[in-house]
Amino acid sequence: MSDLGWIDAVVGAARPQVMGALLRYFRNLDTAEEAFQEACLRALKTWPQNGPPRDAAAWLILVGRNAAMDDVRKRAKQTELPDEAELSDLDDAEASMAERLDGDHYRDDILRLLFICCHPELPSTQQIALALRVVCGLSVTQIARAFLVSEAAMEQRITRAKARVGNAKMAFETPGAPERAERLATVAAMVYLTFNEGYSASQAEARARAPLAEEAIRLVRLLLRLFPTEPEIMGLTALMQLQQSRAQARFDEDGNIVLLEDQDRSLWSQDHIAEGLALIDKAMRHRQPGPYQIQAAIAALHARARRAEDTDWQQIDLLYANLERLQPSPVVTLNRAVAVSKVSGPQAALEMIEPLGTRLQGYFYFHGVKGALLQQLERADEAREAFGRAIALANTPAEAAHIRQHLDRLSS
Amino acid sequence: MLYAILCYNSEDAVGSWSKEYHDQTMARLLTVHDKLAKQGRIGPVARLLPTTAATTLRKGREEMVIDGPFAETKEQLLGFYIVDCESLDGAIDVARDLAKANPGTGSYEIRPVAQIHESHLPAERKPAA
Repeated sequence: MSDLGWIDAVVGAARPQVMGALLRYFRNLDTAEEAFQEACLRALKTWPQNGPPRDAAAWLILVGRNAAMDDVRKRAKQTELPDEAELSDLDDAEASMAERLDGDHYRDDILRLLFICCHPELPSTQQIALALRVVCGLSVTQIARAFLVSEAAMEQRITRAKARVGNAKMAFETPGAPERAERLATVAAMVYLTFNEGYSASQAEARARAPLAEEAIRLVRLLLRLFPTEPEIMGLTALMQLQQSRAQARFDEDGNIVLLEDQDRSLWSQDHIAEGLALIDKAMRHRQPGPYQIQAAIAALHARARRAEDTDWQQIDLLYANLERLQPSPVVTLNRAVAVSKVSGPQAALEMIEPLGTRLQGYFYFHGVKGALLQQLERADEAREAFGRAIALANTPAEAAHIRQHLDRLSS
Repeated sequence: MLYAILCYNSEDAVGSWSKEYHDQTMARLLTVHDKLAKQGRIGPVARLLPTTAATTLRKGREEMVIDGPFAETKEQLLGFYIVDCESLDGAIDVARDLAKANPGTGSYEIRPVAQIHESHLPAERKPAA
């Protein structure tokens, strides 16, 4: 078989588990990465002839660990270990040993690996870069492209991040339940951040940054497999799938932003929607609401509306009210105001956001929403002023262009 | 005789397919599908969402609804084909064609179908091709 794409997929899928186990053995990211590389090279050599081993991850862990130890022994001029071609499909005893060794640790190994990348001293962009390199196995070139920086700059960023992480004392014993929950929450936040880095891009950058959103979805699926009964992880997975479903509809042919209500819903990806809806349904049965679940439930209401005018704004308003209670933030109130404007009109929404003015002074979206509400109330001068501020604060040319459209409509 | 061909594979591995590899594999599988369709030998085909989206209702004196199947297996049921074959050998041949189109890890379980009931789904609920 000449097509070896399946080997990439098998190795890629096993990577977090294998890296996590190797890190536990060697307690050093670079050694673990080298051992993993070596195991991959040997897999590419032996798997095409022998077929994949029954347990690819156990094979890679054992071969990677042996290779790294072999290296140490060679340096110590001791006898080499047998060539892995001879043990290419591990015999039962070895396979079951590897499994015993690693089965119990599986979840904590991967969680630790991800958690290391979330080291609080690392700025978030470094956290994401490190996770993409170490956990997802993206090349420095790929990561640099996604962050729109030079390869040298990204190489340096990752090296620095690794050095910082290397100095940190990381607990290698099995974490207790509260510590595990804390690690999971930190990792989930990093994964969502990764997704947003890829998602909130302008169209010009969207193609380059798309891998960030795709890798984030892969990571959240991995988390969900590790914690399959955790409603917030179901919620986060659903949220990301539902947002991703609209990726093709977010920009028009000229690269302008298309707001949710103006999007061509036939461009929404039904595959993503199906998985998102299934997961949020499942999460809500647990009756342990959390911020990710509520945001996913809101996204689900949009996904279920065939036309924009079918949107259940009343329910969305209620969900935002719940979110405000769980996670009070002016940004949440601002989002709720959009729902309120649909249910109770622009005046009520404007009254709701006016007290936020001091805290959201420098927030593009605040002035955009305010301008739109004022526009609906036919207070053109004030609307113009709000839109002007929004343009000054726009993060991307596409955002600025979008506001300019509103301004044009005001003047005509 | 009708056979169900149940597709088992590691959903981790399938989830790690690159978009390119995914598209290529799907195109190859579609060729197998189309050949059977032309011969009028293929029934319902389904691709299932990952087991993380699954829920299990356990029967018993006290019913239990739990998340996902938790079986500690390396391979999961990811989908199935219903095909009409002269014999078991014919069904194995179909599975072999599928395996050629989608090589690597995984397995196909070939299960003779005892009964099949007509679908009453409205046309718009028919899963997309």
